[in-house]
Formats: sequence, structure tokens, C-alpha cells
Amino acid sequence: MIAVIDYKAGNLTSVVKSLRYLLGEERPAREVVVTQSPEMVRQSEKIVLPGVGHFQATQLLNDLGLTDAVHEGIAKGAWFLGICVGLQWLYEGSTEALEAPGLGAFSGMCERFPAEYEGAELKSPHVGWNSLEGIREDSRLLRGVEDGSFVYFTHSWRAPVSKDTAAVTEYGGEFTSAVERGNVMGVQFHPEKSADVGLRVLRNFMEL
Amino acid sequence: MLTKRIIACLDVRGGRVVKGVQFVDIVDAGDPAELAHRHATAGADEIVLLDITATHEERGTLLDTVRRAAARLFVPFTVGGGVRTRDDAAAVFDAGADKVSINSAAIARPELIGEIGASFGAQAVIVAIDARRAAGAARRGAKGVEDAEVYVSGGRKPTGRRVVEWAREAESRGAGEILLTSMDTDGMRDGFDCELTAAVSEAVQIPVIASGGAGCAVHFAEVFGRGKADAALAASIFHFGATDSRELKAQLLKAGVSVRLPC
Repeated sequence: MIAVIDYKAGNLTSVVKSLRYLLGEERPAREVVVTQSPEMVRQSEKIVLPGVGHFQATQLLNDLGLTDAVHEGIAKGAWFLGICVGLQWLYEGSTEALEAPGLGAFSGMCERFPAEYEGAELKSPHVGWNSLEGIREDSRLLRGVEDGSFVYFTHSWRAPVSKDTAAVTEYGGEFTSAVERGNVMGVQFHPEKSADVGLRVLRNFMEL
Repeated sequence: MLTKRIIACLDVRGGRVVKGVQFVDIVDAGDPAELAHRHATAGADEIVLLDITATHEERGTLLDTVRRAAARLFVPFTVGGGVRTRDDAAAVFDAGADKVSINSAAIARPELIGEIGASFGAQAVIVAIDARRAAGAARRGAKGVEDAEVYVSGGRKPTGRRVVEWAREAESRGAGEILLTSMDTDGMRDGFDCELTAAVSEAVQIPVIASGGAGCAVHFAEVFGRGKADAALAASIFHFGATDSRELKAQLLKAGVSVRLPC
């Protein structure tokens, strides 16, 4: 079962639709469950945390007991995929909402894009199709995805590059567009909106 | 590198895709769901579906059409027309849209921009601006850009508001993108209004999607360069098989514009 966590931050329809599409016809749609229940999250083999919106919204994960459930699930070996704000939440926190701590699975803070980069104005949010670069060869999430593949982004905050970075993207300097360590993974882009490349990433996750 | 987006627009009326010239002279161009899928497969970076009669006929958005179109779409999908409240937007998102485009309703009650953004994120709110330069003014060039006026109700009603100023207000109220349509160049296939697009793009931080006047690859290259657009939208050049995004993008790459080539 794949638990898609609903923390009232934006629209889950597209993520759920994509996951169910990839289940194929032989597997029932109920294998993808949208939930706010910590119990459900603890029992799932796979956990997806989508999210478009403000980092502050992740505070609800603490309030509902979902942060603990995710910790436990990950410790028991469940595969975890954070999307967009869901990736950012895997870090220690974000300057977007300092009062809301992240999961802390990866070190570092998420920060806003700079207003200027190398002397030129940098528009923010970063919206559109940008490329994945420096894809780590051992990444299971990005298996079969080539350097230079385009995926769809829409965000104003970004995660720092570290040893756990599985791919970087260039916009006002490099940031982490995919992160992966063991069973914990995240993507800053929207795989559910990234055409064939995005579906490949989601399929990789589902086949783990 | 962040690429320039090519957005295929489906103007829908009564469940069919239609295309007009300068907002009138409507002709039938096919089934929305089928065309949306075809555009995405051909390499369009996004799909926009505009229910062009929704506002003035007081009709709700065609949720069923949206649902059918969204079923097989795995690129960003925007829906506009008839979205007047947060609940209207919620229904459109529930049917599978990723963003809503609001136009007349945002002018009538600008708070709507922030209300939808608060629930669904700013990235989900596009403020569409239908712009027309003053009667008798040149359709091109820098002259008259500052006086370009916002129209609503499918281009039927002037609002007395200046385009650049309204774009700034929309941004400050939490719009995620601006979709700027020049009514002067719409459907003419002789190029975008680059000067007006540049003026809006320079006035705001958020992405600006240029619309109205696409006829060939050169026009896109112009609006991405001189017009400083982040994305460009077109409808009629993609219908009737005149050209598709793949062909257009190959030409843009040759012209030095950074675009995503589909696999």
C-alpha cells in the first residue's frame, strides 16, 4: 500500500492520479490511499508526502502525530518520497517558516532563491522546465533518467547541495533537485507533471 | 537551464475547442480532451483550457471536460473561465487542474487571488489579463504601452484599469503567474505585442506568459527575447496540424532559444 499524506497543503489530485495510473489495470486503485491517519502511515510500505504551498503547512504533520509516524515508518524500512515542499520538509527546516521544524533526515536549511545572481536579477518563483544534472549513478529513484532530462518545477525555496544529493539543477546557482539516502527520497520537481521523465521517476519509486 | 515554455491553449465553447480572430469569428477545432493529449504528446510544456463563454453566460466551468482532459495529462494543466469563487476553483482542482486562470472575477473582487492562493498555493493562481491599446494607437512599438487598458468578460468590457498597474497589483495580492493576452494581436498570426509584454515582465517578479498573435517560430523567439516573456501561449497555429510544438521547438533551438525537447 502507498500512503499519500494529506496535510491540507494544495492539491493532491494530480499525484494520486499519476500513482493510480501507474498501478495499471490489474492492481486496484485502493492500493494508493490518501490519508491523515498516523496508523495508516505506520502500516504502509511506501509513504508519499506531496505538497505545494507554504512550509508552515507542514506544522500540521506534527499536530496530527504524522511526523512521529513517518519517523517510525522510515525506521522500519518503509520507502519515503517527498515532493516539492515534501522534499524540503526532509531537511532541518526552511527560512520560510522557522517555527516549523523539518524531519531532519538531511542536514541543512532550505532557503529562498536570491533576488540577484551574478549581477543579474533572478526571478522568483522558479517556474517551468529545467534539467536534472549530476545524477548519482547509484540513485534508485532516478534509475534510467539521463543527465539533462527536463522536469517541471514551481517553488521559491530550495534545498542545499550535500552528499545525499542525487541530482542538482541550476537556477541562481545549484540546488538539490533530488535527494536520496537509503529508503528516504525527495524531489523538488513535480514528477506527476513532468511527462515521461516524471512518470519514470514515480514508476521507479513504485517498483522499489 | 530554465527553458522557455510553449503553452498550447484550448479555447472551449459548449464542450468543443474553438478559435476566433480578435475574440470573434469562431470556428470549430475539435474535442478538448483529445487535443490536450495530442498537444502534450507533441511536446507542449503546458496545456491551458479556457472556457471562453463561461463568464458572460454565467455558466459554470465545464468540469466534465476538465476531468476528461486531465485523465491522461502529465504536464501542468490550467483551467480558466467561470471561476468566481474559491469553491469554483476547488471544483476545478478536484477535476484535475493544477492551476486556475482568473480574469473578470479577479477584477471584480481582487481578494479572490489571495483566497485561492491561501488554499492551493500561489503557484496555482494565474491572473489572466486581456489587454487592448487605445483606439487609434499603433498596435506595435513602445508608444501606447503605458495606456493599454484591461478588458473583461471575454474582451467585451473595458475596465478603465491600466495593464501594468493591474499586473503589479495581482502580483502583490499573490498571483503566481500573469497570462497577458493582447486583444490587438490575438488571432492575427503576425506576432506578439512584445513591448507590452516586456513592460509587464519588467514590472513584476512572477512569470509572464505572452499570448495573442503567434504565427511562426520567429514570433516566439521575439517575445522570449525582446518581449522578456517566460512562456508563450498559442492556439490556432497548433490546430489543424499547421505546426506542432516539436517542430516549433526544433526551430527555436536553432534560433538559440532554450526549450525542452520532448523525448
